[in-house]
Amino acid sequence: MTTQVTARTVPYKEKKPFDYSPFLRKGKLPHIWCAGCGHGIVLKSLLRAVDATGIAKDDLAMVSGIGCSSRTPGYVDFNTMHTLHGRATAFATGLKLAKPRLKVIVATGDGDAMAIGGNHFIHACRRNMDMLILVYNNYIYGMTSGQASPTTPEEKISTTSRYGSIEPAFDICELAKTAGATFVARGTAYHAQELEKTLYEGLMHRGTAVIDILDSCPTYYGRFNKYKNVAEMMDKIEKDGTVSVAQAAKLSPEKLEGKQLRGILHRSERLEYCDGYKNLVDRVTG
Amino acid sequence: MGEAAKKEWRIEIDARLCKGCEICAHFCPTKTLEIKGITMSVRDLSTCIGCQLCDIRCPDFAIQVFPK
Ligand SMILES: Cc1ncc(C[n+]2csc(CCOP(=O)(O)OP(=O)(O)O)c2C)c(N)n1
Ligand code: SF4
Ligand code: SF4
Repeated sequence: MTTQVTARTVPYKEKKPFDYSPFLRKGKLPHIWCAGCGHGIVLKSLLRAVDATGIAKDDLAMVSGIGCSSRTPGYVDFNTMHTLHGRATAFATGLKLAKPRLKVIVATGDGDAMAIGGNHFIHACRRNMDMLILVYNNYIYGMTSGQASPTTPEEKISTTSRYGSIEPAFDICELAKTAGATFVARGTAYHAQELEKTLYEGLMHRGTAVIDILDSCPTYYGRFNKYKNVAEMMDKIEKDGTVSVAQAAKLSPEKLEGKQLRGILHRSERLEYCDGYKNLVDRVTG
Repeated sequence: MGEAAKKEWRIEIDARLCKGCEICAHFCPTKTLEIKGITMSVRDLSTCIGCQLCDIRCPDFAIQVFPK
């Protein structure tokens, strides 16, 4: 397959609909996600961002673990790998080292990336492997019917926290930054156009880029926590529960209480792993 | 001088893909969309302003809005 993706012919802002079909595997829709699941909104933002970068489909590889979110590669017409639970970043690391020309995107859930795959995640960040890690963060294990994940907020109900979680939740962005990721951002499915821009920036970054994407699982998290419908979840968690970095600069600490920041939260430069590896080979083979 | 002609839109909903989650209807600023049975339908096309917010947040690739 040698199709080259041409840059978007019709700018989205001209109010013409975007044609997703060149990026999708024909005949795979409807996807398996439940009615209202945010994973599809995230996928659409990603496809628009990919188009904006002009990166050829053949130069992209999407790697995932196991979970509802990890089903994403099944729908996209890129090079794809659907691997083992928690191991997406490990497979992506191997793939990137074998084929450094590829732009590698990891699609992973909060359970996949933060629980069973926590170690792989932090070491990808530490090495500054060139890959874009998208954490579809719906605060729960969707695929296995709603167990608590490392990002389930305190007091929230899940199959394994029937009276409310008593564990503090991970802040994915803080973890990524501390572990060494050189691009760290947060977006939401509600802010789908802003997310498209953040994804574009993440795709253009060289090094480990992590985007924590607040997303919704109406089937389990929504139902357990008594949200009327998915729109209410998106309003309360993604819209009212976040502020952009720009808005936050103008708000008092009291107003920021309990809100998560959206946008690019950290950016730095340091040697990317494949470049370091090439330097090593050059030095040793001299 | 008459008023500039109001722009008209054509809304395409793919009933094969729509799962009736109602996200589009909830976030449509003009209440143009509604659920009918198990999928979404257009309540009144004349109110559509072509903002594309329904398409942007549809998780199922099911709705698109074209200039007429
Ligand atoms: C080694 C292993 N352990 C457990 C499972 C069961 N399992 C499948 S998906 C999943 C969690 C998925 O949650 P998350 O990554 O948050 O994705 P979501 O479904 O919410 O999108 C678990 C525990 C598995 N498939 N393999
Ligand atoms: S169970 Fe939750 S995460 Fe999985 S497809 Fe359904 S809504 Fe999405
Ligand atoms: S384009 Fe805007 S006004 Fe028209 S149906 Fe969609 S959300 Fe409503």
